[in-house]
Amino acid sequence: MIDDKTLSNHNLTRDEYNLIVKLIGREPNLTELGIFSVMWSEHCGYKSSKVYLKKFPTRGKYLIQGPGENAGVMDIGDGLAVVFKIESHNHPSYIEPYQGAATGVGGILRDIFTMGARPVAVLDSLRFGPLDQPKNRSVAEGVVSGIAGYGNAFGVPTVGGEVYFHPCYSQNPLVNVCCVGLAEKDKLFFARAQGVGNAVIYVGAKTGRDGIHGATMASAEFGKDTEQKRPNVQVGDPFKEKLLLEACLESMAKGLIIGIQDMGAAGLTCSTTEMAAKADTGMEINLDLVPQREEGMNPYEIMLSESQERMLIVTSQDKVKPLQAIFSKWDLEAVVIGKVTDDGQLKAYFQGELVIDIPVKAVVDLCPVYRRPVEVPAVVRKLVRFKVPGMPPDLDLNQVFLQLVASPDIADKHWVFRQYDHMVQINTIVLPGADAAVLRLKGMKKGLAMTLDGNSLYAYLNPKRGGEIAVAEACRNLACVGAVPMGVTNCLNFGNPEKPEIMWQFKETVEGIARACRQFDIPVTGGNVSFYNETEGQAVYPTPVLGIVGLVDDVATIPSAGFVGERESIILLGENKEELGGSEYLRLVYEEEKGNPPQLDFELEKGVQEVCRQAIKQKLVRTAHDLSEGGLAVGLAECSIKSKKGLGFEVRLNDQIRTDALLFGESQSRIILVAKEKNVGKILALARKMKVKARVIGKTGGKKMVIWHRKKKVVEQPVELVRDAFKNSIPGYFRV
Amino acid sequence: MNKTMKFGVVVFPGSNCDYDTFHVLQNVRQQETVFLWHKDSDLQNVDCVVLPGGFSYGDYLRSGAIARFSPIMAAVKKFAKAGGLVLGICNGFQILQEAGLLPGAMLRNKNLKFLCQHVYIRIDNSQTAFSRAGRKNQVLNIPIAHFDGNFYAPPEMLSELERKNQIVFRYCDEQGQLTEEANLNGSLHHIAGVINEAGNVLGMMPHPERASEKILGSDDGQVIFESIINYLEKKTGKGRKEARQKVKPVVSPLPPLIGNL
Repeated sequence: MIDDKTLSNHNLTRDEYNLIVKLIGREPNLTELGIFSVMWSEHCGYKSSKVYLKKFPTRGKYLIQGPGENAGVMDIGDGLAVVFKIESHNHPSYIEPYQGAATGVGGILRDIFTMGARPVAVLDSLRFGPLDQPKNRSVAEGVVSGIAGYGNAFGVPTVGGEVYFHPCYSQNPLVNVCCVGLAEKDKLFFARAQGVGNAVIYVGAKTGRDGIHGATMASAEFGKDTEQKRPNVQVGDPFKEKLLLEACLESMAKGLIIGIQDMGAAGLTCSTTEMAAKADTGMEINLDLVPQREEGMNPYEIMLSESQERMLIVTSQDKVKPLQAIFSKWDLEAVVIGKVTDDGQLKAYFQGELVIDIPVKAVVDLCPVYRRPVEVPAVVRKLVRFKVPGMPPDLDLNQVFLQLVASPDIADKHWVFRQYDHMVQINTIVLPGADAAVLRLKGMKKGLAMTLDGNSLYAYLNPKRGGEIAVAEACRNLACVGAVPMGVTNCLNFGNPEKPEIMWQFKETVEGIARACRQFDIPVTGGNVSFYNETEGQAVYPTPVLGIVGLVDDVATIPSAGFVGERESIILLGENKEELGGSEYLRLVYEEEKGNPPQLDFELEKGVQEVCRQAIKQKLVRTAHDLSEGGLAVGLAECSIKSKKGLGFEVRLNDQIRTDALLFGESQSRIILVAKEKNVGKILALARKMKVKARVIGKTGGKKMVIWHRKKKVVEQPVELVRDAFKNSIPGYFRV
Repeated sequence: MNKTMKFGVVVFPGSNCDYDTFHVLQNVRQQETVFLWHKDSDLQNVDCVVLPGGFSYGDYLRSGAIARFSPIMAAVKKFAKAGGLVLGICNGFQILQEAGLLPGAMLRNKNLKFLCQHVYIRIDNSQTAFSRAGRKNQVLNIPIAHFDGNFYAPPEMLSELERKNQIVFRYCDEQGQLTEEANLNGSLHHIAGVINEAGNVLGMMPHPERASEKILGSDDGQVIFESIINYLEKKTGKGRKEARQKVKPVVSPLPPLIGNL
């Protein structure tokens, strides 16, 4: 009988344990318990989230593969498919920022190439504590260089993403990495152990004691005679991963692979049981044959190790030799460790003894699912009702404008992006810092656009709307490069799901995302849920990160993110409303994180995006930029800063709303389009046709940024000064 | 029918700009191009060898320190000694230094960070096989992407390089001025590219293959490839304009398999 302490070390409840006994018909041994523990963990089993994740739409026009595989797959025509997924590596990145983030990149890359796709882009969403604290700076430095260290060496461009700062992330930084790959549509590979008698082959790095789950390893009975435990964070080797990529893709191209799965979380355990479960087969392996980095590893350690850069391959016996030849060409090991069986069991032998004998379906498909209690947090109910007090009479909006541009959430992220090789593979035609990154497809007119989005303050104040806005904004970003959204991957970062308030945030956010995805008619193809982002009772704000991939018909039509020419007309699509709730302005000037986030009208939003896309398609647009944090004034400033000629602007507005709300309010569904005089009429006509409000608000040009409201000049700043504030803000924190 | 030049792009384990370089040579410049596998020692009769960027052998020791021992490098050395054209880009430059084919060594960038961005370089010697299509003092917009690109050489070597006009490219600002700010990685004498004394081996840290198509923001990198083709055409008599404008190759968004078994 396994005692309570061992169970709690394995994060299993007594009820869950009893279920295991029932499923396997006897008491599990410690290794088997470890296997259930990790496969039934929140991370692998989605036990708290599953009931809600079902609400996501999973069908769509471009869809080839939805949730349930290593990554989602969309059809982009011409026999090509795009494969993409996002994953979190939050906890490891706090313990050891460099390796935590690096192995986060490594893990998601394998998810992509295990499906037969070549990774063509990485994007990452990062959340750190405020940079004025040294600890947060060191975490940020470590994470950024870890992502760079892995991605750069592997040879995948890191083309975009987002970086935000907030005290709730000081002890819970978030590192979400999204990878996009390209494959031939009829050459996709799946994690299925098909064909009884086929060989099970272990390829890649050797197995060591690194990364054995912290919670599952600290058991007294288990720990006595094992040597001192390694830290729980794995160590990445991007060079080995690059070789693994080439060897896998070459083997796939030569028809030498039937099924393949990477060994990520839960390593050998997850890959063996999942591959067998998905193919309705079983598997028999010999643990003595598993290549090991150190001596004296026991079955528990071998099965639960999370050593990086490993994959499990199933192929027919006659293809073993040619497969091994390819791996040896790339200086990698490929070792037969077992075979596919027909009894639905995972059987593992160690030194001649049967040490694991469990039904794979029980491990993979029968993880208990919970509908945990939910409760609206009282504090949030109060915060949302907050009414913004009148503007302080002495408030200098011209100064606030400068402050906002320099706020780290808004300021230039060049310090981050230039550490990433964002150009390797020579496809990146819209570089980091724009609304969405765009890759050309060599030899084709079309291109791929991609973006990551999520505003955690909105989600904190109103999780449902936060979820909706995250989807809407990501789609809007894509519209600004003329792309049609195809599919979604998401990473949901929350606190402890056993707390009803957190569970409520989760439920609401998921419902918001689901609703918005249905509105935009895009399927969710998978993603990742990261709970327990909570330290000493302090949870992160609910942080949904949406990764959306879009298709651009003709990359030659993509407008610039900055102003291009003098005296061009600036058109505003959408409406300015008096909405300051949850805004960056409110946080900065009033030091309040309160109010209801801006409203979202899906009809308006879809109309605005369609007008933008149509105008771009008809080559009428010189510059396009969506409005988000910091509102209209900051959006205009960004166009000016990104202008290669350093062009300013002069804008005149007469809206009957507060000046601060006009300048810095974050009303949704707004896009700035810039066009030559002769094309303005055509754009306005397009907007009229689609019943979208659109008007010319000013002109580009000059060396200043100027905004008038009701005949009063409310902003006037030299371009150079604003640009310096924008560019120097983040590097300033690291210049000691 | 005239033949084009034949280029060989070396593939080390960990090379990751190999296909980029291949793409520009074969699909953009329309030259016959082959991959040269690191375990081979046959250069397949190429007219020019290119060592591409990447992290050969992971660059866990010193950048390029292991790659120089691979079989292909023995062949490249022989080829270079016989006057064959060798271009090393980024990691390729570092490997040529480690192999003793080019002077100097690379230190970490002065800000101790990986740097990926567009920079300007100035052609200081437009008489070489790698720069003859450009003008002296012409400014090129070509990106860099490296951790170790801070060129170092002892003072005597530096003055030798200066005296013999071996410094082909220098980091500069948009106007061609050698400002401190423009020298991002801290290279001595702003060195971005050097040539050997014999004039047939050039190493450069910026990536011309990343700036050879307008859609990527700059095609200034064409100057380097144009120069090489130009020089080789003169030298070998192979290739003429019409050969270059053959049927457009079918370009796939996915790279081909690399290396022979």
